[in-house]
Amino acid sequence: MNLVDKQLVQRRMNRRILKSRIMRQLFFLATAFGIVVLAVLLYRIFSEGIAYLDWEFLTSFASRFPEESGIKAAIAGSLWLMVVTAPISLILGVGTAIYLEEYARENKFTRFIRMNISNLAGVPSVVFGLLGLTVFVRLMEMGRSVMAGGLTMSLLILPIIVVAAQEAIRSIPKDQYEASYAMGATKWQTVRRVVLPAAIPGILTGGILALSRAIGETAPLLMIGALSFVAYLPENIWSSFTVLPIQIFNWTGRPQEEFHLVASAGIIILLLALLLMNSIAVLIRNKFSKRY
Amino acid sequence: MATATKTQQISIFNTNEPDKGKTKTIYSIENFNLWYGTDQALYEVQMEIPENKVTAIIGPSGCGKSTFIKSLNRMVELVPSVKMSGSIEYKEKDIFSPKYKVEDLRTDVGMVFQNPNPFPKSIYENVVYGPKTHGIKKKSILNEIVEKSLRGAALWDEVKDRLNENAFGLSGGQQQRLCIARCLAIEPDVILMDEPTSALDPISTTKIEELVQTLKKDYSIAIVTHNMQQAARISDKTAFFLNGEVIEYNNTDKLFSNPDDKRTEDYITGRFG
Amino acid sequence: MAVNVKELMNEKKTNRSVLAVTEKAAPVFFMVCAIVSILTTIGIVLTLLIETITFFSRVSFIDFVTGTTWWPFGENASYGILPLISGTLLITVVAMIVAIPIGLASAIYLSEFASEKVRKVVKPILEVLAGIPTIVYGFFALTFVTPLLQTFISDLPIFNALSPGIIVGVMIIPMIASLSEDAMSSVPNSIKEGALATGSTRLEVALKVVVPAALSGIIASFVLGISRAIGETMIVSVAAGSTPKLTADVTESIQTMTGYIVQVTLGDASYGSTTYYSIYAVGMTLFIFTLLMNLLSQYISRRFKEDY
Repeated sequence: MNLVDKQLVQRRMNRRILKSRIMRQLFFLATAFGIVVLAVLLYRIFSEGIAYLDWEFLTSFASRFPEESGIKAAIAGSLWLMVVTAPISLILGVGTAIYLEEYARENKFTRFIRMNISNLAGVPSVVFGLLGLTVFVRLMEMGRSVMAGGLTMSLLILPIIVVAAQEAIRSIPKDQYEASYAMGATKWQTVRRVVLPAAIPGILTGGILALSRAIGETAPLLMIGALSFVAYLPENIWSSFTVLPIQIFNWTGRPQEEFHLVASAGIIILLLALLLMNSIAVLIRNKFSKRY
Repeated sequence: MATATKTQQISIFNTNEPDKGKTKTIYSIENFNLWYGTDQALYEVQMEIPENKVTAIIGPSGCGKSTFIKSLNRMVELVPSVKMSGSIEYKEKDIFSPKYKVEDLRTDVGMVFQNPNPFPKSIYENVVYGPKTHGIKKKSILNEIVEKSLRGAALWDEVKDRLNENAFGLSGGQQQRLCIARCLAIEPDVILMDEPTSALDPISTTKIEELVQTLKKDYSIAIVTHNMQQAARISDKTAFFLNGEVIEYNNTDKLFSNPDDKRTEDYITGRFG
Repeated sequence: MAVNVKELMNEKKTNRSVLAVTEKAAPVFFMVCAIVSILTTIGIVLTLLIETITFFSRVSFIDFVTGTTWWPFGENASYGILPLISGTLLITVVAMIVAIPIGLASAIYLSEFASEKVRKVVKPILEVLAGIPTIVYGFFALTFVTPLLQTFISDLPIFNALSPGIIVGVMIIPMIASLSEDAMSSVPNSIKEGALATGSTRLEVALKVVVPAALSGIIASFVLGISRAIGETMIVSVAAGSTPKLTADVTESIQTMTGYIVQVTLGDASYGSTTYYSIYAVGMTLFIFTLLMNLLSQYISRRFKEDY
């Protein structure tokens, strides 16, 4: 006796296949949605901002008049911020990753560090801003300086760098270690001469991506009091400063329509900077991706 | 390339009776070639697979036997770069004809894979997956299907008290029999088996082999195996594949006792492979 | 002249003591690095805790958690956080209505339908979408999405919850899509083949086998998305307004917890004023919300993980 009515199954099949095809199109449209939004966003910003984008825009300070406004101070501030953030976050992040991957024993303390890092990655950036404002700006009396901003940003992107560096270290084949130990090398010698050189492309890729996050981040720096109207360049890490996203935020908040166009021009510069950093990261990744 | 004939459909559904007289052909394969990208994996395969018999496909690894069996239900097309020529007819219908839907083909032709691949669902849900997907909603019928299929796969007595437990809790051999039950649940005409015992222990292997013997009463079975003893034990006909070609296709007794081709003899006597 | 390698190595060994020191110092240094991350967490918790305690020495805790008016200025200041929470939830709900269906559909498309070629093009584009700074999204919400919405909803104010909500959703799409796709791709191919071999259509394989098998990862991605929406700052600061309001109407101007914190730090709330301390109480609330969401997400993906 047949429990399955084959003719019925066959009759239903057409409808099921049709349903599958229609849903496939819907899923495709959903995927396209994100891409369309991205395209519209880029088109809007480039078509509005391009007119304000000239040499003067890059070399002028902020101004009360839209046509005289520039982003010289913001670019300088963002670069200064990187001077502080890049070394601190890379040293701390890579150090943490080496500790976790090479030295840490599998115990409660290590698990706690791991859990802590994955939770830090989910803490909203404003909370880091509160930390920076309280500890660096007030408690350590750094004021509204590049240093305070850079330290805050370093802590913010630390989890990203740790995870990237961990992955880079983990991807090194075990035989590389064995080869080094078999020649009588110590642990530290192996880490310094085998692990780090092999992991550096991965670390750099992850590090650049993390720094590009820091370049685009606004809220924590707003909170530690990076200024939005700076008519001078920072002289050292104790100077007050502004950065690109804050300058853009400031222009966005102005009621005059012209300032929105200036903001678009600023966004173009910000996006180009991010594009540049991401391209470098991808180049490094591709150049070194197939070594083992 | 032959096209599908409409008149054939009616006869599909009443062929469960074992044929007493001469054997009917269920699959006929003609001049079948297959490429993965630019690498040719099958060359001019010419074969007829009989109904209600066990057909074994043997050969060394990489000889194309797995590719061949996966062509029979077009699973091979999941590899994006695959290209084919020649024809495969299932019940005298060209399986590559645009009119013949691949889902229909796979409803009629079940498959058991090399590694047990139950769904991460309960035993019950695994068995009713096919019937439910094909539109059978009635609980009483589903229950009946579950019992019948699990009995058919010789698994019922072991799992009847824990049908709602996750299938991943079963042993490898039980999982494989569950996959056979899942395949029986939609009452296919053909069961394709792609090295179904290669991941199993000897005891489970014996159980599956016994099962194949019982199943051939109702189903046509094609089984890929790299275990020659297994082929000799359970099959009626055996095809020997080498480097993508069918070297010899014969009754199993004949092929193992008195092969026509020197290469077959070399292989079954263990000179290579 | 032959080089005596052994001799050279022995010479080097006279520096053994230096080597021994670095050998011991290295793990200590790396451990200190690792401890910085713990100090950061301690710093965050202590900062929030101490200043929040000061805040609650001036404002009653009960009023804070049950009050329906948030008016932190002047004589008649009132610190009821519910309007800020409702504003945050409003943004989150709108964002999730956008991000969950589109993110999940994209994940299903990429994992179960798209060819390798399409995947190779689309995934980097989604990464770009994820890498756009939030201030850019905020600008886009204010100057493009809001005017666009105003053509459909004529009395929509410039600042409203709808427009930034949608854009927060857009921002989260890549995250949900990529995490869900990871979860679905980790469902073994053999299981998908098993379903296809019973004559299932692609859609049936996706919805009846792959999505259920990957459900824990998918739900975890939703929860993480919610956490991200709650903590999102710049988009709402720019486009949602700064009028804390207990409302469920997305066309009104509202304020979120993050938006309030930014507003106060931008203004000149004097150090030591109750308004100044209030940002820590709000920050603490925000921190607890997101921490719970993150822990929940980790719990779901760990607890219900299928081991294949």
